[in-house]
Amino acid sequence: MIHTPDARRGTAHGTVYGALLNDRATQARMAAQFGEAPYKAPPQAPVLYIKPRNTHAGDGVAVPLPRTPGVVRVDATLGLVIGRTAWQVTPDEAMSHVSGYVIASDLTLPHDNYYRPAIRQRCRDQFCPMSAVLAAPSGFKVDEAMLDVQIRDARGHVSANWRRGFADLVRSAPRLLSDVSAFMTLRPGDVLLLGPGEGSPEAHAGDTVQISVPGLGQLRHTLVDEEIAEGARA
Amino acid sequence: MKHARVIHRGQTLSVTEGADGLLQLPDGRTLTETEVSWLPPMKFGTIFALGLNYADHAKEIQFAKAPEEPLVFLKGPNALIGHRGVSYRPADVAYMHFECELGVVIGLPCRNLRREDAYRHVAGYCTVNDYAIRDYLENYYRPNLRVKNRDGCTPVGPWFVDACDIADPMNLQLRSWVNGELKQNANTRDMVHDIPALIAHLSSFMTLSPGDLILTGTPDGVADCKVGDEVITEIGGVGRLVNTIVGEPQPPA
Repeated sequence: MIHTPDARRGTAHGTVYGALLNDRATQARMAAQFGEAPYKAPPQAPVLYIKPRNTHAGDGVAVPLPRTPGVVRVDATLGLVIGRTAWQVTPDEAMSHVSGYVIASDLTLPHDNYYRPAIRQRCRDQFCPMSAVLAAPSGFKVDEAMLDVQIRDARGHVSANWRRGFADLVRSAPRLLSDVSAFMTLRPGDVLLLGPGEGSPEAHAGDTVQISVPGLGQLRHTLVDEEIAEGARA
Repeated sequence: MKHARVIHRGQTLSVTEGADGLLQLPDGRTLTETEVSWLPPMKFGTIFALGLNYADHAKEIQFAKAPEEPLVFLKGPNALIGHRGVSYRPADVAYMHFECELGVVIGLPCRNLRREDAYRHVAGYCTVNDYAIRDYLENYYRPNLRVKNRDGCTPVGPWFVDACDIADPMNLQLRSWVNGELKQNANTRDMVHDIPALIAHLSSFMTLSPGDLILTGTPDGVADCKVGDEVITEIGGVGRLVNTIVGEPQPPA
């Protein structure tokens, strides 16, 4: 019999789910495509994916990036941390099942096709750095939160300053949690990422990514060349 | 050896298969199959599933040819349920089908594994039935989670079988019955991407860890299952997994 190790590298989350195409601007950009093959219709249910345990990483991590394509998209987002089992909850009661938030750097190798799960692009080791679980200060509202991403290269030069809010989600946080829980249970410790925003910035090996959500906290990590990182380990 | 986890009189127990198919408890007692509630045979890590990994199934659901790169999707642990469990069929659906699949359990961490080394990293095998509710299929990250990640719609078990007990996992008979009627009758040798290829592919871009589970896809013969149907999926030498379809789900207790 074998023994399953617990969560890796100090992160102790359950399953991390994310929602794609949950940004109105992205849906507007792709509206014409949705009618064509292979999609043939706009999405009806939440488009979900899983960031498996090998992707989970903590604050300060150095994420290995493959030389091909040598660039990664930083789908910076907020995650709802489930505190109480959520099954078929209404939007009104949804947020009472959330015990905190994580700031997540949901990394993916750039890809345009949403027809098949992008496992090779989204599920690489440490491709989901997450902050500690952050308690929301009283009066914190997700739909009023702002998220700032700053990307700096090794010399400190800022290559991207990107900002997004959460007021324009296709499914707001409570609506998303409700719609997901309509067909599957979210358990304490599970995380539901609210999904990428339109125009997420890109980063390269050697860069530092800092994601701040004023009033909540921040997450910082670096990117390193995967071949050099593996060579150093060997 | 065959291993399982069961609940008996309120206790969760690790058991092995004893003589005459009885369950052998660590203290030497034996129980029959119906004296216990069966859990999934272990706590699994990442759960991978393969789409269209038998050429005949790809053809059956109207794909001209099976994919050249393995078509992988992921599942959450909420989907798993044990032997003799029930799976829910929503009231509004017209087509919910079973899928008998060989589950491969990783035993050692691996990254960038060559296919000739793959079997050394396999801990063992189990039988899986990966239901799909096709009414909910949409063309986004297909097959989407509403089709494939529903609570209790992936029965697994009864056993986890040590790898050393399966001489050739690429030559196992795979059969499914609905209410006693044989629906699937195939062999794992007909996989498009075999077990070493799947492990080599996944480990080429991500680390696999002990307890990770790879569902290797299903062959031709899937069929609609109605409320009340008893569905049996069996893989020779690995296990015969019984499941019953019931109506609308109830909230967890």
